[in-house]
Amino acid sequence: MGKQSIAETIASRSAPEVQQLKLTRRESRRAGLFAPEMLRAALHQSVVMLRPDIQWKNPVMFVVEVGTVLTLVFTVARLLGHFPQTSLGYLIALSVLLLLTVLFANFATALAEARGKAQADTLRKTRRETPAFLLADDGQIEETVSTALRNGDRVVVEAGQVIPSDGEIIEGVASVDESAITGESAPVIREAGGDHSGVTGGTRVLSDRIVVRITAAAGETFLDKMIRLVEGAIRQRTPNEIALSLVLSAFTLIFLIVTAALWPMAAYAEVYMQGYLGTAEPVRGLGTDIPTLVALLVCLIPTTIGALLAAIGIAGMDRALRANILAKSGKAVEVAGDVDTLLLDKTGTITVGNRKATQFIPLGHYTAQELGTLAAMASHADLTPEGKSIVELYAKQAGVSVSRVEGLLPAGARFVEFTAQTRMSGVDAADGREVRKGAPDAVLKHVQQRNGQLPAGVQQQVDAVASRGATPLLVSDCGSLAGLIVLEDVLKPGMRERFERLRRMGLRTVMVTGDNPLTAKAIASQAGVDDYIAQATPEAKLAYIRKEQASGKLVAMMGDGTNDAPALAQADVGVAMNSGTQAAKEAGNMVDLDSDPTKLIEVVEIGKQLLMTRGALTTFSIANDLAKYFAIIPALFAATLPWLKPLDVMHLHSATSAILSAVIFNAIIIPLLIPIALKGVQYRPVGADALLRRNLLIWGLGGVVVPFIGIKLIDMALVALQLV
Amino acid sequence: MWQIWLLPVLVVGITIALSVPLGIYMASVLDERWRAPALRRWFERRVDTGPQDWKQYAVALLLWNVLTFIVGFLILQFQAFLPLNPDGKGLLSPTTVFNTLCSFLSNTNLQHYSGEVHLTYFSQLFLICWKQFHSPAIGLAALVAIVRGLRGDAHLGNFYVDLWRATFYIILPAALVVGVLLLAGGMPMTLEGNAQVTTLETGALGTDDAGQAKPQEIARGPVAAIVAIKQLGTNGGGYFGPNSTHPYENPNGWTNLLEAVCIILFPMAAVVMFGRMLNNFRHAAVIFGVMLLFMVALLGWGVYWDTLQPNPGLAAQPERRFEVADSTAPGGKIALTLPAVAALPVDQSLGNLEGKELRFGTSAGPTWAALTTCTSNGSVNCMHDSLNPLAGLTPLVGMWLNCNFGGVGVGLINFLIYLVIAVFLAGLMVGRTPEYLGKKVEAREMKLAMLAFLIHPLMVLAPTGLFTATDWGAKSTNNPAAHGFAEVLYEFSSASANNGSGFEGLADTYGFNDNPSPAPFAPHWDIACGLVMIFSRFVPIIAPLAIAGSLAAKNRVPFTTGTLRTDTLTFGFVLFGTIVLLGALTFLPAAVGGPLAAPQGPPPLGGE
Repeated sequence: MGKQSIAETIASRSAPEVQQLKLTRRESRRAGLFAPEMLRAALHQSVVMLRPDIQWKNPVMFVVEVGTVLTLVFTVARLLGHFPQTSLGYLIALSVLLLLTVLFANFATALAEARGKAQADTLRKTRRETPAFLLADDGQIEETVSTALRNGDRVVVEAGQVIPSDGEIIEGVASVDESAITGESAPVIREAGGDHSGVTGGTRVLSDRIVVRITAAAGETFLDKMIRLVEGAIRQRTPNEIALSLVLSAFTLIFLIVTAALWPMAAYAEVYMQGYLGTAEPVRGLGTDIPTLVALLVCLIPTTIGALLAAIGIAGMDRALRANILAKSGKAVEVAGDVDTLLLDKTGTITVGNRKATQFIPLGHYTAQELGTLAAMASHADLTPEGKSIVELYAKQAGVSVSRVEGLLPAGARFVEFTAQTRMSGVDAADGREVRKGAPDAVLKHVQQRNGQLPAGVQQQVDAVASRGATPLLVSDCGSLAGLIVLEDVLKPGMRERFERLRRMGLRTVMVTGDNPLTAKAIASQAGVDDYIAQATPEAKLAYIRKEQASGKLVAMMGDGTNDAPALAQADVGVAMNSGTQAAKEAGNMVDLDSDPTKLIEVVEIGKQLLMTRGALTTFSIANDLAKYFAIIPALFAATLPWLKPLDVMHLHSATSAILSAVIFNAIIIPLLIPIALKGVQYRPVGADALLRRNLLIWGLGGVVVPFIGIKLIDMALVALQLV
Repeated sequence: MWQIWLLPVLVVGITIALSVPLGIYMASVLDERWRAPALRRWFERRVDTGPQDWKQYAVALLLWNVLTFIVGFLILQFQAFLPLNPDGKGLLSPTTVFNTLCSFLSNTNLQHYSGEVHLTYFSQLFLICWKQFHSPAIGLAALVAIVRGLRGDAHLGNFYVDLWRATFYIILPAALVVGVLLLAGGMPMTLEGNAQVTTLETGALGTDDAGQAKPQEIARGPVAAIVAIKQLGTNGGGYFGPNSTHPYENPNGWTNLLEAVCIILFPMAAVVMFGRMLNNFRHAAVIFGVMLLFMVALLGWGVYWDTLQPNPGLAAQPERRFEVADSTAPGGKIALTLPAVAALPVDQSLGNLEGKELRFGTSAGPTWAALTTCTSNGSVNCMHDSLNPLAGLTPLVGMWLNCNFGGVGVGLINFLIYLVIAVFLAGLMVGRTPEYLGKKVEAREMKLAMLAFLIHPLMVLAPTGLFTATDWGAKSTNNPAAHGFAEVLYEFSSASANNGSGFEGLADTYGFNDNPSPAPFAPHWDIACGLVMIFSRFVPIIAPLAIAGSLAAKNRVPFTTGTLRTDTLTFGFVLFGTIVLLGALTFLPAAVGGPLAAPQGPPPLGGE
């Protein structure tokens, strides 16, 4: 399969489609985190999700829901005159706050889902409506749109028109530009009958007229299937998510034990305090008040991460979507964070597409100036990228514009085209002067045939150029050697830094190229990649991936051709370019709609961000408990063991205000952290240790400190508003 | 002033120095780097049943324990009819037998009996002493198997061979050395019955039915042998009821130092062995450092609040006023005034001396209390019930964490549970799915780790709640209010941590079957504590074995700069934070109800 630069790929897509795609995506991006219609949908969904059978799937929040119901029961009982030790207002406030906690959690999940859906919808819109010309049985042609087509419909497509959907040619022959799907810019011939009768929706007929029987109704095409897969994947839990929710459930269970064991302790304290005080009435504290213990439980269990866990996972998929990557499963995104080895194609990823002339090396009595002129003359009619680059180099060195190169040519010059036999191209002047450039051995033979002088050391110079990864061309002028043109792969700017960054992330980069080992090695060391596969065949790639995996590494690669399919399937993260073949796309676990080979790096970062966000918010959630303990525990015993007051380090206003403040903090931290859950914690390629220190400082230490401040502020606000 | 720190510094310093060579020796023995002489190899071949996977290892371990339970039951239940019973001790009550068996099976050595009163020499030697060698060896075997799994060995070794080697090449020789040193320190070692001494003052101990003055009976027996292994094997079950406060069980300052070193020697050496077996001393050093930090902090806390602070029950207190909400009272509040208390005419410049063995110095009590609870030893050389209330947190926190060196083998296993949880959270924070020692930690491992983690708070808090809410607890405590609660809490903390020390002050002894007036709820305590000890012993051994087995089967992930390092200071902080936030905070509410509430209240409720 041909390797293409991004520019070519984009250019090969039909221009209006790309334009529309970009526009709609930009719009959806601009809509930001909280687009109104999305908020409305999410709000509605968060109430729907209160259904116990849905809530059950999130054990942490289910416990909160059960606690809410329990608190409501006690509130009603208080309304009827039972349990006089707590005020009705307090119980109502508690019920509302607990309900809000559940709703906030549901909202976070619903919002993330709504965003994911919106992204998928946007993608689906890019399957643009094209006109279709339906062929009726009576031979009449009726104009309709592609989305209205059904399986079995016959349509007529003429030159310049877009094939409306996947189908099979039943009549005619046509050359079809399939670049939108395959990335190959060369048109292919498709004809009725035989192996080449299949056509894909979205491709363009370049010549002739065909009749196509539609085999995939609207919404059933490959991309549609992919989008559906993405939407389905949003609901699936990934292995790490399952492990984490297990941990969270266990924490919930532990805190359930802690809270339940508090009741007899507090009851015991009440009994002995009554004895001590000698009161007739039993001494009552909040420690034996069930709704208060529910509040303590809700504060202690990891509700923050429990509420945001699903949202984080969905947001990971969503971030991939925003980067124009369709991940077939959330697991693929998660695995991307663990990737150890990246297989990158040289062309288009590490180097800018084609080789360029970078240097003229004169031989014998020729000067560099003369050599440049000769090279430019010989390349004037050569429209290959290499040829153009020679002219450009000359123009740059001579300080003239490219258009003036034509003036160099002697009158009546005749161009000699490159052929596979001669492996040279050049120009013949009317006076018989022959200027040639070409492969070293071909030019040498050419010179020898004309009994020209071979300056000493030509072969050494040719070898020297080749060994540094460049391609040497020789230039001859009337049977004598004028010098060498050095063609080199040009590294994309910033690649060295990029690979350095990847190395700090702990990733090994491997360059895959069809070049010979010498060239490959030179480019690899220039670019700073860790390893290379030279003269890469699909089998070599597959073997390399297997070798890496055998040593426990996870491998990510990008590919486009049918023969890449086995390697894509073998790789732990296989990103198929959308421009690639169907086989490749089905083999990989992600599809990159931009067909941008550097996307792999982004994919890895998205995976890492996803995992980091989970870890950071879990740490934050657990670290929060310290402050909550110090707010609630003294409040529980305020009425029974007043000498525990020194534990109330935050000096909260009263027992009930302390508990309400803690519950309010616990609830509002969820919506406050939704943006972080959706955007993800920022990933920095600084190495695991520095990253850990940074996250520990922010989320660990921050998690300890923030609630102390937050709870105190809420308490002050409650007092200021005279709510307590 | 500085002298009070001399003993703790000496104990910790000497043990660290000894633990390194010992740990390396243990690794070489258990890891087959060292070849035993031919005769011993012959024995090894007899017990070797071949390589075992984690399930086979766990089954062998459990089977062996069941077997020893049965043998132990026969010895203890029928001790009256067995030899070596010069004092004619009778039948024990069934619940005492059950509790004692669970206790010694689980390396807890919680004693709801008094050794010199209730047990025959045969029971002491062939049950207590045997189990005391046995249970730490089993813990060590479990640890070695787990390390093999973490290392990725093809199998986890053979339980019987590990048990054999741990017993005969490690624990037995060490106990022999210590026993001889203790003998030299003046400890008795005899199979003769109680010594009868004629008191100076005739009839000081009353007269018998015939009107003759009773001689003083001084209990003695094979003490040195039992005390050596009691201290070394994190056992703690003393020969005598008063444990190492008894002059025969701890004759002088030197034996006190030696016994204190023995408490933490094997637990410390186990960490060194861990590093050696993994060939990763840096990682082991981080673990050692965190454990040491917790232990030193708890030791310092104990000594500060006990030796440097007066006993609040004897000290003067100013008048204090509190307000207690009471909806029935006018104004909704009751004003509570705690009257000023005059100090008793006691010199408190040496700190709280109540319940201490002053032969060992003033700080010896809290120092020992910290060491014996950080490890799961449970022997005592002072009355923990008499520690100042805040100093009483030291033994409690030590048992709640139960991993800062911890019991022989099992302490490090407990620590590994915290470590797995820490790795899981920290691993995510570096942007990878978590891995430990190159193995991915996934749902299955976390499920097992959380199960092992959960069992300790469950086994401490649930029965504490149950006993506090019912007469079982309330009617068994010696002290009122918060202090009484602390006694209940301590008992279950000690049982669940497989520690075995007692806060004392609980009426939990039934004793002989024909005891006319047993403690009213002794059977409840016997059964509850027995079950707690068994669950808290075996679940945290089996679950980590399963984790090791499942990690062993996984591919090793190569180490890159993106991998979480477990051998850095940063990771040490992660471990520290995880243990504080998860281990300590779980028990904070309980601490508030007990040891934290007690000191602040008025004397009848708090104080002493």
